[in-house]
Amino acid sequence: MAEAAHRYDETMPLEYRTQESRLNILGFWIFLGAEVALFATLFATYLVLFQRTGSGPTAKELFEVKDVLIETLLLLTSSFTCGLAVFEMRRGRLSGLLTWLLVTLLLGAGFITFEIREFIHYVHEGATMQTSAFLSSFFVLVGTHGAHVSLGIGWMILIIIQLLQRGLTPRTARKVFIVSLYWHFLDVVWIFIFTLVYLTGMVI
Amino acid sequence: MKWSEFFVTGEPLIYAADVAIVLTIIGIVFVLTYFKKWKWLWDEWLTTVDHKKIGIMYIICAVLMLFRGGVDALLMRAQLTAPNMKFLDAQHYNEIFTTHGTIMILFMAMPFLIGLMNIVVPLQIGARDVAYPYLNALSFWLFFFGALLFNISFVIGGSPDAGWTAYFPLASNEFSPGVGNNYYAVALQISGIGTLMTGINFLVTILKMRAPGMTLMRMPMFTWTVLITCVIIIFAFPVFTVALALMTFDRLFGTQFFTMANGGMSMLWANLFWIWGHPEVYIVILPSFGIFSEIVSTFARKRLFGYKAMIGSIVGIAFLSFIVWVHHFFTMGAGPAVNSFFSITTMAIAIPTGVKVFNWLFTLRKGKIRFTTAMLWSLAFIPNFVIGGVTGVMLAMAAADYQYHNSYFLIGHFHYVLIAGTVFACFAGVHYWYPKMFGHLLNERLGKWAFWLFMIGFNICFFPMYFLGLMGMTRRMYTYAAGLGWTPLNVVATIGAVLMGIGFIVFCYNIYYSARYGERDMTGDPWDGRTLEWATASPPAHYNFPVVPEVTDLDAYWAMKKNGNGYEVKEEQLEPIHMPSNSGRPFLISIAFFIAGFGLVFKWFTLAIIAAIFIILGLILRSFDDDDGYYISVDEIKRTERLARKGA
Amino acid sequence: MKHEKQRGRKWFSLLPLSLLLFLSGCSEKIVVLNPKGPVAKAQYDLIMWSIGFMLFIIIVVFTLFAVVLIRYREKPETADYEPPDEEGNKLLEIVWTAIPIIIVAALAIPTVKATFALEKPPRHDVKPITIHVTSANWKWIFSYPEQNIETVNYVNIPEDVPVKFKLTSAGPMNSFWVPELGGQKYAMDGMETQLILQADHPGSYMGRSANFSGRQFAHMEFEVVAQKQDEFDKWVKEVQQTAPKLNKEKYEEILKPGLVGRMTFSNTHLEWIDHAEQNSHHANDEKHNDRHEDMESDHHEH
Repeated sequence: MAEAAHRYDETMPLEYRTQESRLNILGFWIFLGAEVALFATLFATYLVLFQRTGSGPTAKELFEVKDVLIETLLLLTSSFTCGLAVFEMRRGRLSGLLTWLLVTLLLGAGFITFEIREFIHYVHEGATMQTSAFLSSFFVLVGTHGAHVSLGIGWMILIIIQLLQRGLTPRTARKVFIVSLYWHFLDVVWIFIFTLVYLTGMVI
Repeated sequence: MKWSEFFVTGEPLIYAADVAIVLTIIGIVFVLTYFKKWKWLWDEWLTTVDHKKIGIMYIICAVLMLFRGGVDALLMRAQLTAPNMKFLDAQHYNEIFTTHGTIMILFMAMPFLIGLMNIVVPLQIGARDVAYPYLNALSFWLFFFGALLFNISFVIGGSPDAGWTAYFPLASNEFSPGVGNNYYAVALQISGIGTLMTGINFLVTILKMRAPGMTLMRMPMFTWTVLITCVIIIFAFPVFTVALALMTFDRLFGTQFFTMANGGMSMLWANLFWIWGHPEVYIVILPSFGIFSEIVSTFARKRLFGYKAMIGSIVGIAFLSFIVWVHHFFTMGAGPAVNSFFSITTMAIAIPTGVKVFNWLFTLRKGKIRFTTAMLWSLAFIPNFVIGGVTGVMLAMAAADYQYHNSYFLIGHFHYVLIAGTVFACFAGVHYWYPKMFGHLLNERLGKWAFWLFMIGFNICFFPMYFLGLMGMTRRMYTYAAGLGWTPLNVVATIGAVLMGIGFIVFCYNIYYSARYGERDMTGDPWDGRTLEWATASPPAHYNFPVVPEVTDLDAYWAMKKNGNGYEVKEEQLEPIHMPSNSGRPFLISIAFFIAGFGLVFKWFTLAIIAAIFIILGLILRSFDDDDGYYISVDEIKRTERLARKGA
Repeated sequence: MKHEKQRGRKWFSLLPLSLLLFLSGCSEKIVVLNPKGPVAKAQYDLIMWSIGFMLFIIIVVFTLFAVVLIRYREKPETADYEPPDEEGNKLLEIVWTAIPIIIVAALAIPTVKATFALEKPPRHDVKPITIHVTSANWKWIFSYPEQNIETVNYVNIPEDVPVKFKLTSAGPMNSFWVPELGGQKYAMDGMETQLILQADHPGSYMGRSANFSGRQFAHMEFEVVAQKQDEFDKWVKEVQQTAPKLNKEKYEEILKPGLVGRMTFSNTHLEWIDHAEQNSHHANDEKHNDRHEDMESDHHEH
């Protein structure tokens, strides 16, 4: 954390200009590496338990295609709008950045709403986390992703407030950039959930 | 839960512990109040973000945990001294070996090494602190409160009793209905989060904060091992996080991951546990290799032999550590092909490890060997670890492992690698870096007494265990029948354990004795060291180096000494130094984690949720935190440096 | 002073040897190294083969260690000796990488062979006998489906006949271990594992659980009694004629956590429950495959 922390580099994009920002962004990439390991473990658990349905319903009997498609659409779009937000930030336009962040946030909230709806629907059909090993692993895998998205929404709200308070500074820019990394990562995880859990589940 | 079940009752040992705990707390509060030290405690320690102080706190906790785990071990040895002993009942014995294992690995070995990492790595790479000092404090306090939560299970609610591996279905609600295994799941989760953050922190620190000129291939070996260890932590700990979370869900919310009905699969736990568990033992052995490398090189007065091969072998070991986990349960019946694969990968670890042993031996060759206490611990490591290593290869042979598995042969093996590897390294490291931490040396005479007692005791205790295993004695038996021929060797083992305990007491006395009478280290370089931590004062000022040193060679400080006068600072070179501010938030957030954890253990969800809100609040406050740290003025640096040189 | 330490260290390295000598006095008790059947014998041979290499490694390292420490310790007469600045030695490093590789290969090949061999009966000219083993808190239940008898905490087997133990558990995981006859395997709930053992001679062999399973785990011992074939047949007939019947209620009582003595019944609990089958479809599929293979191999053996 030496004076290097304030070594300012004008040639870099705003979010990379201070040493502290560069360290934080690298650290976050590494953290995402750990998150990959975390989700990989959850996926492995799901794949091991996926056919062990006990007396409960199987994936094919359970999954709701419509809700899942809407969720996917919302989250994929939100990842795109999040990219637009960073694009606006790079052009130095605070209002564009805020607009797209807000859109991302709303899409994320929409995703969560539909996911909760989906879960409630399953529970009403008697498919709870306690029903079978398959459902335990399904709810924990998809739920962990959902919890991550919810956390991301809260985080984005904090950053929007800071952007409104402080404008676009190297510090706020770095925060926007890091939350965008996080958001894209969750999108990638969702693609795996969509294919490995829902698509596979509806076929097999 | 009834209040009568809240406190553990019915055991004289536990009542004695209750009294001891209350008296200790009263004593600490009294001393702090009497000497008016509360503010000092808060300002200097609880809120510190200084890597050296955090490291010292890690080590203090680790030594306390070594004491706790050691007492557990002695109680076990006492119970096993003779057949049909009535000293401990089965339940008590089961709790004791469970806490012994968990504490020694997760709350002793790992924090001890993380403590040494904290103190040494930034100094070795010529940095002012770690990449994220605030996060570092949070890591420590999460570890601390995780350990505290685990330890209070002893008097409140009851200890876990399903082994440190907590295999299902034994660890499920059905067979372990108490709160003990809730403690296991929650406390390890809390301290595990801290460990993961430490891994990220040190990886970035080492990658990005090295002094100018220190390329990767000029990094001290200890730093290299820490780097690789961090990579292991980052990929292994999330697996444990998930495993513990699933365990928590099973135990608290009735999910079916590892249960016996509705599709649950107990083998899944064993797999997840060991996918983390095997890399975990390399997390505690690789930094130990690093410590030995530093010490052997210093006291042989020679550069490390085969530096590149050493790095290659730690990378190889780290890679292999992820593809050997099945060797912990060859007997699960996964089939001969699977077992053969994991047999071979496991045996393959012997190759890079062998390379390292020979490199150490050849570092010593043609050297000028000084037998300091730190060096004795490091030298003793080689033969003892080789014994542990070759028996490890024997265990790796699947078909033969069916006969060793879960027997005392296995106990002998892993104590030979973990004690001769990790514990010896911790002692070696403490003796070696003690002057850097506290400004005075540990007494050599007492140090050597502690070494010989402990090392001889260790061999007397664990060597017979190989034979007990071959005689059919299995681990975790709280008693055994007479007439099996196990008694003489068990008596021998207990004698050895007592010797180790005496060695530990001598070590602790040495800390006290040296604090009063120890030789002060004025030079900052008491051993004629080779790496950068010896370039600065002992103990270093909180900014570590007044001017960041330039590195021209491996063994940077040695090169400075050979090519000139070492690390010299001219006052006109000084510039204001930027340092991070202290913060009480990591401490407070960790308390919230502790309370939330306690709530989860007892299923008091309201309490857990309230505490969780405080955690989130702490994170929000951190997000809005504008504190950019502060600058130390040139004048102040000058003053500090002059004082250090005068040896105040 | 330093000399003394050297001597201490050397004396110390003799400790393992002295222990070996001490133990050779009671080698009967070292059950693992005292094989009483072909499975344990195969494992014994593998263990001895590996111990040879391990002793070689230990001797090399210890000798090198002692020589280096004695020769290169700091002495008054070497006060102005300055160690050379050597970075390494390619050739030497290749040598000490290659030798461990060779040793690992020398160990791996017989290991793989033995690991595969142990999954098959040691002899093919005799039809193996199948015994289902169920571990429960804290006892062992043995079911003979072909003979339709069941025992608790002891198991009689015919000598020289491969025994296929089909292991499962009604509760926590245990490990079925009879060191004199051969290595162990886990008994797990909702799963079936198979361990093949064979006794060379009539005799009594100690067996125990090697995997911690709760409070009374230390007492989970059982006796394996190997008998001549005709004696075994006689015993089976006797049990079939004289032993009581096992019913569900009685069985539930046996399963309750606790210790029980030896018991004998003239039917098996497999009639109404097989703990290996309880849990999931997936495991069942595997099991059926397994059964299928068994039938095939049985057929083949005939």
